[in-house]
Amino acid sequence: MKKLSVKSVVAIGIGAALFFVLGKVAIPSPVPNTNISLQYAVEAVFATLFGPIAGVLIGFIGHTLIDATSYGPWWSWIIASAFVGLVIGLATMKLNVEEGIDSKKLIHFNVAQIVAHLLAWGLVAPVLDILIYKEPIEKLFAQGLMASVSNIITTGVVGTLLLLGYAKTVVKKGSLEKED
Amino acid sequence: MARVALNYIKRQSPVHELTGTTKLVFFLAWSIVSMVTFDTRVLVCMLAVGAVIFKVSKITIRDISVVLGLAAIFLLLNNLFIYLFTPEYGVEVYESRDVLFTIVGRYTVTAQQLFYHLNITLKVICVVPIALLFIACTDPSEFASSLARIGVSYRAGYAVSLALRYIPDVQREYRNISQAQQARGIDLSGKDKLLTRLKNSVAILLPLIMSSINRIEVVSNAMELRGFGKEKKRTWYMQRKLNRNDWLAIALAAAIVAVGMTVTFWDGSRFYNPFL
Repeated sequence: MKKLSVKSVVAIGIGAALFFVLGKVAIPSPVPNTNISLQYAVEAVFATLFGPIAGVLIGFIGHTLIDATSYGPWWSWIIASAFVGLVIGLATMKLNVEEGIDSKKLIHFNVAQIVAHLLAWGLVAPVLDILIYKEPIEKLFAQGLMASVSNIITTGVVGTLLLLGYAKTVVKKGSLEKED
Repeated sequence: MARVALNYIKRQSPVHELTGTTKLVFFLAWSIVSMVTFDTRVLVCMLAVGAVIFKVSKITIRDISVVLGLAAIFLLLNNLFIYLFTPEYGVEVYESRDVLFTIVGRYTVTAQQLFYHLNITLKVICVVPIALLFIACTDPSEFASSLARIGVSYRAGYAVSLALRYIPDVQREYRNISQAQQARGIDLSGKDKLLTRLKNSVAILLPLIMSSINRIEVVSNAMELRGFGKEKKRTWYMQRKLNRNDWLAIALAAAIVAVGMTVTFWDGSRFYNPFL
């Protein structure tokens, strides 16, 4: 594995702190253990900016801290959170948001996040739940569906707006023009 | 608002005196066993051992009442939904059917279903005391060195301690920004529609992320200037040597893994089935 740069180490630490804080202000939804959670929007943005390894560790550390300070770690969902960061980070590696953003890049980001959430909550989390907790498939499917949909909407709306806002503040290459 | 439900509580107790490494190993072993086993006998024994350790740690129920409340709600909802979706799941798992009574329609109450609920509840409950003690009795500054000790790269370990270090800062900043935005008329309280609420949350998140990215620059420059990441290894200010009690605790963890796994898989399945 490539060595983590100092900047990634710090980005993981502060990203996980953000993930934790936002996870604690989640808006509840009607299905248990699933929330309308802003932390996934932030995880997606950080994974896009700092890459897949940062994405994985932000999800893993942040979610473990949330669970450990509330009711003990629920490992299947922690791993799913890390998985979301991995997929989004990998899919957006060549996106170069720092060099400005257009609608094509936004679509790319959104496709990546939709795929990531569907796989994580529709496949990874339920399969691990069956392996570890042997819960009934019907219940896991309902939970996974609810979590995917709410996280896709949250990441789609909030994540996209955050990326747009971020891109506006970055000074683009060649933005200075020589005066005649 | 975002209040951390639990953090480090400093007391004098044998559990506090154990090194972070010991507690981490114990916690990991414990949660692995509780994840794998579905054997009621093993789970009940673990619960009893957990209760004893809790007693020894001098952490009181009052210290963790908020967390226990959350865990109770979580368990209640989880059980309720399992029952609503699959009222006869226990019959499937334990391959026999003893109907006690019927509530309405397909919602029967079977002994197997109740037993399944008991087991899944025990599985969560027996992790709770150990997980809480791990958080409440481990000095956060010692945690990174413990991760490094069990073989996690020190960079990842350092990321964890940075996260613990910056949680209060991020929390304070979140509160400041959110209050400033509320003063300007942005509402998150739930009176608005969901989509409006999501858009409103951007008004808080964007400044929070921008300042976090700034903070990342500042902190990573500071660390780079001090030569972080130059060597393959590093030393830790908070690292302690393992003493006799540490080795005893690790031996206990190993014993729990060995006995727990043996009893669980003795009859070739994860489940203890009293019905057959």
